[in-house]
Order: sequence, then C-alpha cells, then structure tokens
Amino acid sequence: MSKNTVAITGNDAAAYAIKQINPDVMAAYPITPQTALVQKFSEYVADGLVKTEFVTVESEHSAMSACVGAAAAGGRVMTATAANGLALMFEIVYIAASSKLPIVMPVVNRALSGPINIHCDHSDSMAARDSGWLQLYSENAQEAYDNTIQAIRIAENMKVRLPVMVMYDGFITSHGIEMVDFLDDEVVHNFVGDYQPNNPLLDPEKPLTYGPLDLYDYYFEHKRQQAEDIKNSKPIILDVAKEFEKISGRPYGLFESYQLEDAETAIVVLSSTAGTTKEVVDEMRAKGKKVGLLKPRVFRPFPYQEIAKALSHLKAVAILDRSDSFGAFGGPLFTEIRSAMMEFGKIPENIDIIYGLGGRDINEQDIEGVYNQLDAIAKSGKVKERIQYLGVRE
Amino acid sequence: MAKLKEVSKKQDILSSGHRLCAGCGASIAVRQILSACDDPVVVASATGCLEVATTIYPYTSWRSSFIHNAFENAAATISGVEAMYQSLKKQGKIDKEMKFIAFGGDGGTYDIGLQSLSGALERGHDFVYVCYDNEAYMNTGIQRSSATPRGVWTTTSPCGEVIPGKTQYRKDLTGIIAAHKIPYVAQASIWRWSDLIDKAHKAFYTKGPAFLNVLSPCPRGWRFPSEKTIKMAKLSVQTNFWPLYEVENGKWKLNYKPKERKPVTEWMEPQGRYKNALRPENKQLVEEIQKDIDDNWERLLILCGEK
Repeated sequence: MSKNTVAITGNDAAAYAIKQINPDVMAAYPITPQTALVQKFSEYVADGLVKTEFVTVESEHSAMSACVGAAAAGGRVMTATAANGLALMFEIVYIAASSKLPIVMPVVNRALSGPINIHCDHSDSMAARDSGWLQLYSENAQEAYDNTIQAIRIAENMKVRLPVMVMYDGFITSHGIEMVDFLDDEVVHNFVGDYQPNNPLLDPEKPLTYGPLDLYDYYFEHKRQQAEDIKNSKPIILDVAKEFEKISGRPYGLFESYQLEDAETAIVVLSSTAGTTKEVVDEMRAKGKKVGLLKPRVFRPFPYQEIAKALSHLKAVAILDRSDSFGAFGGPLFTEIRSAMMEFGKIPENIDIIYGLGGRDINEQDIEGVYNQLDAIAKSGKVKERIQYLGVRE
Repeated sequence: MAKLKEVSKKQDILSSGHRLCAGCGASIAVRQILSACDDPVVVASATGCLEVATTIYPYTSWRSSFIHNAFENAAATISGVEAMYQSLKKQGKIDKEMKFIAFGGDGGTYDIGLQSLSGALERGHDFVYVCYDNEAYMNTGIQRSSATPRGVWTTTSPCGEVIPGKTQYRKDLTGIIAAHKIPYVAQASIWRWSDLIDKAHKAFYTKGPAFLNVLSPCPRGWRFPSEKTIKMAKLSVQTNFWPLYEVENGKWKLNYKPKERKPVTEWMEPQGRYKNALRPENKQLVEEIQKDIDDNWERLLILCGEK
C-alpha cells in the first residue's frame, strides 16, 4: 500500500481532487448526496489551502450561471451537483456547452423528483446527455478522483474546449468508504498545468461579445460545429488517459472490458453496479460459464463503433439501465447500444434491464439471474421480453 | 456633478447602429450610465430588448466586453465574471482596474431574475446592477410584469369586459434592494441626466454591490410618440410617480422635490396604455392610483428625513 492510499468516501475523494486541481473559481450549491463534497471544499477554502474564489450561490441555476460568467472571464472553473440541482441548472448547462466553456462538474447520481428521492439512479445525468457536455462515469471513489483530474485536461484541450461531467453513484460511492490512491499535489499540478485562456472577457484590449442572438441564418452552423467538436474529443480523451496512466499506473479507456474477449454472454452496465457484476463474473467463470462485462466510461461522446465491435462476438447481451426513458423503446444506454450494433452485420440477441431506480438495491443474485436469462436466450435464440424491469414489485 | 461638455467627449460603449426602437429609453439610460465609468468595463445583460437589439450575430454594438447568458441570471453571471477577476487579481495574473455592470429589464429584474440578483447582492460582489424599468415585458410584446403599474393595459392584462387592465400596484423593487443593505441604491431618471450620471459614477466607484433603478419610457409599450421619451421621463418624476432618491450606506436622501406635484393624470393622459383607466367610469380607479402615489411619497419623505 502506498503512502498516499487512504480510506475515504467518494465525495471526499472528489473534493480532494478539486483541492489539488485548485480552480480559480468554484461556484456551487449543496444538494444531497453531493453536500459533503461542498462542505469539504469549504473547509479547504476556510483553511486557505486553495487559491479558489468560492462563490456560495443561492441556487444551482446561479451556480451554473456564475460558472459561465467566470469561465468566459478566463480561468479554471468547477462546480458539483446532483439530481434536482442539475435539473434546475439545465438551461445554463446547455449554454455552457454551446459557449465552449471548459467547466468541470462532478455529478453525484441521484434520482430526479418526483416523487422526491435522494438515492442513486442515473436519471439526472442521462437527462443531460444531449446538452453538449462530455460525460464520464465512475465505478468507485478511485475512478471519481481519477476522472475528475483527467476531465480538466480533456475540457481545456484547445481542440475540445467543452465542459465535462464526472458521474459517480449517490450514496453507494459518494458516502461509502473505500481505499483510494491519491497522487501527490505536485504531480496533479503538473498534470493539469496552467489554465490557457481562450477569448477571455477580462482582456480590455480585445473586447468581445459572448452569448449573441443567433437566428436561423447562423444557429444551425454553430450547432453543426458543436457536433463536430464533441466528436473530436474522443482521441483527446484517450491521449489524456495514456498520460494519466504514466503518472498513476491506472489505465483508462472509453470503456472497460472485463472477461469480455472470449465471453458468450455479457452485461453492459455503468458505474458502481459494474463492481458488483465483476464479482458475479468471477464466480460464474469459476463454474466454467463464459460471461463477461462491458462498463462504459465515456457516454458522451458515445463510442458507438468501439462498443458495438466489442460486443459483436457475443451470443446475447443484457444492457442494464439505471434510468428509464418513459415511452421510449428502452432506457438510454440500451437504445444507443442497440442502435450502435447496427454498425456490424451480426447483432447479438439483446435485452434491456431497467433496474435500481431511486436507489433500489441490486444484488449478486439479481445479476446472476440476468446471466442465466442470457444463457437461455443464447441457447434458444428467443427473447421473451425485450424491455424488462428488475427488482420492482409489479 | 456631471458636465455635458465632458460627457459628450467620451466615446459611447454602446455604439450607434443598434436595433433598439426610436425613442427607446433603455439605450439612453445605458449610454448615460456607462459614460460615468472611467475604467474598462465588462457588461452583462439579461435576455430582453437591450440584449436582442445589440448583439444580433454576427454583429455587436458593444465596444466593451459583453456577456449575455440567459433571462433570469444576469446578476449571477456578472458575479461569476467578477469572482474570476478577484481570483486572478489576487494571484497577480491581472493588474488592471476593471468594472462590472449588469443590465436587466423589469422582467429580468423584478420577476424572473430577482432571486439571482438578491443572491449576488448578499454575497457582496463588487458590481453595479441596473434595472431599465419599462414596466412590462416589452421584448416579447408588452406583457405585464410586477413593475407594471395599476390600471395599465398590457397584452396579458388587457382591458376586458370584466377586468379593466392590471389590477395590482407595482412592486417596490428599489425598497426591496435597499433592504439588502448594500452600500449604494438609487432610483433615477434619464430626464435628470446629470443626477443619473452622478449616481452611476457613485455606483461604479462604491466598493461592493450597487443598484440603480431607472425608469425607461417605452414608446411602443406605453403608446406614446417616440419623440416624447424624455418628456415622459420628466412627467413621471414631476408627478411623484417615479421619485428620485438614493440610499447610501443606509442613509436615504431625496434628490428631487417638485415645487408643486403634478396630478397623475398628466402622466397618464399622453399614454395609450392608460386610455381605459381614464374613461369617466373609472374615475375612482384614478383617484386610488393618485392616493397610492401620494401615500408612497409621504413615506419616502419620512425615510429621507424630509418630514
């Protein structure tokens, strides 16, 4: 165990990453289950351990509004939120992306109201999937820490200049204590580097206008450029991951494959449930079952070709969605992956499992059940029910 | 005191060629206010007339740096700009003196942006907030706001068979802002341009948040000829409908006292939006409006130590 390994919650790990990143401005509003992050960061500010101007706004809407102002002014800007807080800032989340402002925001995944609920699901960040932000999902506290640091480099890359959300699961990761390996302050400082301003408001020699009225004669071209910019971030994400591996020894990609290469069936699942699934994979592999896992890390830009290719050899795949898309043909992860699989001739049989809404627990038996169902589908070639709900009383 | 000769020598930050209506009070207010700033300034604007008419892509009318974010968040946005300035200044990454100002209409200030403004004032950012109050949502076609006076026709407070225009009195926003106990709060008029420029100068050069509420006559929305804008601003003050005062570090001061208060009908009659209120059958309504103005004036005199 290295001297930098500590037992810590996900929120404290993310707060520690922000302390080491040391942004010029942080504007944030506390919301469960993100609150402990903001509290911890407030302590860093109160103790003079960061240079950050901490703007203690009166709402998440103002948090993102102040972030937009601060980032346009020309410096490194961060915030953090969850669920209803993200929903309240929604209007400005879109404006941040379309203004090309490299804001980094941990989102501690929590179910959106209503009814009000404070526990984990992914309905909050999934609702923001078309906002133009990059999205990185984290399995545990270590990944929350690592992704937060990498997000700065990705967002601020001159070829990207887009905001990034870093997700980790509410309570499960945010409040659970895990072993996390921290990098040294200096290593993080060197990795993130100095902020490079790009068209700052605070340059009186070069006045400029942010946020003009953009009508039918230009808006579409600007949106087209936005589509291109986020697509172009993919190689940058991989470059940053490579560099990060050099300083941490921890590899990152667009997604993680676990026992996938020779698997016959597999589960695709985000964040903390992937950790539980790995346990099940190990147990079932020990019994000779060829099961695997694909855990997406980058959901925006969605690596559709890479994921489809990685799944193409399977006989059957279950995509687990911790959010619903009411009235749609499955949850967001399912619809995107099923659509992506059209890229390749042979499409494995596939089902969507919507689970865990509002913090409903999912355990190893549940996941084993999914693999058993996939086994039956692989043998029979028949899917009884394409979209299923797991763990709900019907 | 502001001198016309000196003010006229300054280059306008809001350049000509913008697309605000002829006779728009907002552009006059903006030009007078910005003439009072001797340092580089970053301007923020809420969504509204001022914003849409000055920044139609790919053009801009702003010679300074300018940011528009959304409708309800001009104060939060400029607070972020100011926070970055403070951060970079402390770190020695910037050394220039700069000023920060946000403009919002009454919709973006009295209504949808009030929370954002209240938060930014309480946090104590060093900035100026200006409400150019044209007493309705003019940008979207004259819908009522909480700044719309009683008895006024708007498209969402129409004069119908049962309801004769807006039934409520306007919100006392300047009083609400004064209750935040920020260093400087003032109500001003483009008619008293010297008073307005002096107030703007104080607002810029007072450390901490400052607020100006400026009545901004709107020919389209108020239904008066566009050459009468300053005349309308003048009548609003002379009838005590829009008193000029300031609250400096908690001390209230009256800046203009008409020799003889003109009756409110002199303010109402030139405006088409009061046409229905001025019908003989609405005599009582006009009397109530007059009484409200007089009562507010009496309260203001007491606050300002004039009584």
